Amino acid sequence: MSAVAETPVAAVADARKAGDWLLIATALLLCVWVLLPIYLLIVNALSSPDQVTAFPKRFFPSFDLGSLSFFINFAGVARALWNSVLVATLTMILAIGFGAPAGYALSRFDFPGKGTFRFLVLMTRAFPLPLLALPLAVMFIRTGLDDTAIGLALVHTTLALPFAVLITFSLFSGIPVELEEAAWTLGCTRWQAFRKVILPLALPGIAASAVFAFTISWNEVFAAAVLTIENRTLTAFLLQSLGESPLYLKFAGGAALVVPALIFIFAVRKYLFAMWGIANR
Amino acid sequence: MHGKALPYLLLMPATLFLCIFFLYPFALVAFEAVTRDGAFTLDNFRTMAGSWKFPVTIRNTLLLAAIVVPIQLTMALLMASVVSRLETGRSAALYIFAIPLGISDLAAGLIWLAIFDQSGFLNTLLSSLGVVDRPVMFLGYQSKLTIFIAVALAEIWRATAIMMVILVAGMGLIPKEYYEAAEVFGASPWQRFVRVTLPLLRPSLQTAIILRVILAFEVFAVVAALGGTNLPVLMGETYNWQFTLQDRNVAAASALLILAISIGFTLFFLRVLRVPKEAWI
Repeated sequence: MSAVAETPVAAVADARKAGDWLLIATALLLCVWVLLPIYLLIVNALSSPDQVTAFPKRFFPSFDLGSLSFFINFAGVARALWNSVLVATLTMILAIGFGAPAGYALSRFDFPGKGTFRFLVLMTRAFPLPLLALPLAVMFIRTGLDDTAIGLALVHTTLALPFAVLITFSLFSGIPVELEEAAWTLGCTRWQAFRKVILPLALPGIAASAVFAFTISWNEVFAAAVLTIENRTLTAFLLQSLGESPLYLKFAGGAALVVPALIFIFAVRKYLFAMWGIANR
Repeated sequence: MHGKALPYLLLMPATLFLCIFFLYPFALVAFEAVTRDGAFTLDNFRTMAGSWKFPVTIRNTLLLAAIVVPIQLTMALLMASVVSRLETGRSAALYIFAIPLGISDLAAGLIWLAIFDQSGFLNTLLSSLGVVDRPVMFLGYQSKLTIFIAVALAEIWRATAIMMVILVAGMGLIPKEYYEAAEVFGASPWQRFVRVTLPLLRPSLQTAIILRVILAFEVFAVVAALGGTNLPVLMGETYNWQFTLQDRNVAAASALLILAISIGFTLFFLRVLRVPKEAWI
């Protein structure tokens, strides 16, 4: 019978097909697991305050902007939003400004002390860095940096700088030295070669790590809550008002934190894995 | 200006920054923790450990890490394997899995609050299924267990992405030939995963576990959003000592404790998951 000869092949094909379906089903399930909670928050944010506190709830938004407009008009929110953007932008500039030269130096030179520097950078990851805001609060009061955007940005830079160094290090390592050497032989100075050859190649990756630094600052809660009182960032503001604020304010605030995050991750998605590939080590 | 001085010049800004905003405040924290009014004392640690909340705080924090991290590791491995095998929709799945990476712990707490709140989506689902006839209070002060479950779920949801990214980057470094060879010798997908992927993924696993364990001890805003003061954790208590109780020295002692636990576990995992130098790929 022909079935005897065919069975093993058919069985393998069946198993493979079942495996494919299982794979796709698992992938979809995991996507739902990630997306569903976000969807539910957005439903709340796009419903009127009454619907947010109502029971039972609808699983679809009514597209009533009541909660969002209440949130936007709530005293202090606009300022907190502005502070978040300001601190995150400053953090981004500081982290890349200090981190990228270090990343370049690590990728291009061999010199005594290189190991020590890398160790110092890696060490920072084992520390609960937001806690450093505690002693700095005192130092900032002495220097007049307390409750300012730049003061908080300095602490957030401590969080973002190690990542900036490691990520730019992996970026520059991925660009062949030969390109630079070719430019030198063609008469470029070291700086010209860097500016004209290396920088254009590295720029998208540097932009991605800048976005990453922005996100770190945008999301940070503890140091922001410790170091700011009048000039709260959005996270610090929301944390502070958790106890007394109504539900719809919390959910609208949550959505205001989440939506930029979706955009940030989308913007850096191409680099996310390349950045971590070497930043691992 | 070239040659020997250049790398040091490039490293200088980052080094100075880390000295001022990482090493110096760290020394300050350590100093504040062991002194009171300028005199050396261990009273701060005694006050901290003597607080009635302290044993609960330690237990909650360690228990949360012990439950959350293994689940995250399993899920991250599953996500990374699924992504590496997907042919269509690979980049979409990667982006979706990576989304929580950009979402702050406070926002994650608020997202899960939308689900677990008394008028939230879980209650709506349960009552429409006829499981409960009245909304259950999941996050009240008598329901410590459900608060704990909600916090654990929010943490698993939020922070699996970071492990996934590290593992995907690590899997990308494993040469395809190993899998082909294993397949030729008739290894099943599971055998390939256990015998090829896991051992070669060791450096990435080590990084992912250490990073996640450290972050697990810093859990703060998720708890603040979901449990308020009903589920005290170390970081939240540090915040309380600094803010509500206005005692910088005890807050510093508490910060040092978190630091000591973090470093302890880092060294532990570095040792247990030791990667032989020649096995690095």
